[in-house]
Amino acid sequence: MLAYKFDWSVLWRQPYGEWLLGGIWLTLQLGFVAWIIALVLGIFLGTIRVSPWPWLRFLGTLYVEVFRNVPFLVQLFFWFYAGPMLFGREIQFKINAISGLNYYVAIIGLGLYTASRVAEHVRAGFASIGQGQYQAVLSTGMTHLQMYRYVIIPYALRVIIPPLTTEFLTIFKNSSVAMTIGVAETTFVSYKIDNETFHGLEATTGAMAVYLVLGFAVVRLMGFIESRFRIPGLVSR
Amino acid sequence: MFDAVQRNLPFLLAGFLTNLQLAGCALAGGIFLGILVGLGRISSKAWVYRPVTLYVNVLRNIPLILVIFWFYFVMPILVGKTLHPFVSAAVSFIVFEATYFGEIFRAGFQSISRDLVSAAYSTGLTYWQTARYILVPIAFRRMLPSMITQSIITFQDTSLAYVIGLQEMVRRTTIVDSMEVRSIELYSFVAVLFFVVCFIGSRISRHYEEKGRRANLL
Repeated sequence: MLAYKFDWSVLWRQPYGEWLLGGIWLTLQLGFVAWIIALVLGIFLGTIRVSPWPWLRFLGTLYVEVFRNVPFLVQLFFWFYAGPMLFGREIQFKINAISGLNYYVAIIGLGLYTASRVAEHVRAGFASIGQGQYQAVLSTGMTHLQMYRYVIIPYALRVIIPPLTTEFLTIFKNSSVAMTIGVAETTFVSYKIDNETFHGLEATTGAMAVYLVLGFAVVRLMGFIESRFRIPGLVSR
Repeated sequence: MFDAVQRNLPFLLAGFLTNLQLAGCALAGGIFLGILVGLGRISSKAWVYRPVTLYVNVLRNIPLILVIFWFYFVMPILVGKTLHPFVSAAVSFIVFEATYFGEIFRAGFQSISRDLVSAAYSTGLTYWQTARYILVPIAFRRMLPSMITQSIITFQDTSLAYVIGLQEMVRRTTIVDSMEVRSIELYSFVAVLFFVVCFIGSRISRHYEEKGRRANLL
């Protein structure tokens, strides 16, 4: 075992302490903004996967299969390096000139990726609703659109809160992959501190503590939401 | 159009082989350690159950990239010399994936009802016969779909060893791309390779899931 002198002050000493705080702030931003994209797109995709139109179902399934079966790192690199090229040369240069492009790409990429996972949970949520429920709603004279808007989606969303909690936790963990395209979030900062001080062990341990606290906070928050929107009459979990 | 891919095919595919090897190590070690973790999680002894639970809960809340970095920093201190990124990555994957496999095994073990065990004993089977002919086959069939799914995730995760400079597929693609500047073709190619392997895997998983459902096992 090498003689290693621990120096935990890299976690608060300036400028490292400030870097770390900035990193945490970026992790929170990535997680929350991408989560909004993932939720909206995921609910949409999950819904069209159970729609009566085969070609819509096919599109939904195609999206989910593609985004679930390609590593997130590869997706992120594709959007960041190849994404701007898809628009042709002129627009490519304009896109590449945007300052903070990696930040936007990370949010969109994370949102698109997580949407595929949310869609799977939403679909499972719909599947858990019995056929009788659908028939009952339609027999009251509601249209298909109204049925989804007022009955099925609000119901399914409540049923899938526990699996969505897991996804919400995962989105913060996955946001760490954004470091590979240079977004200075928590993991990136801990690596950068290692570059400057050679105390990567302390820096990464500190970053682990950050994610643990964040995870704990998310579980608490979702527990509150779950009890707030509990369906009366269902066994609470 | 895909000439940039063609020119560098052997280089890229060698990287893909590294991904497969890393996944192989991670799965072998992760499943073995995962069985111990799963047993520890259902243990009635607090000194076994508590630390194992803590280990699982901590690791499952931390991003894999951070775990890869942590071992990359801690291994040289423990071993006293710099290790090859593959070894360092393999260790982090085993430690990380064992917590996920551990939870799969725990669920599998717990899914077997006590009545079933009692029934097996009442026919005169010994403890080991019960385990060998009743418990293990049933638990294994129940766990198989989740195990395959987790294996696919593990395989996808091997791309993250990129961050400590391991020359796997994605790292090699960035190297080729910096020379060829053919991002669309190159990254599409990586995506397609991963997609094919993972898609086939997910179909196999679904096949066993439906088989289990038909046999009333799930």
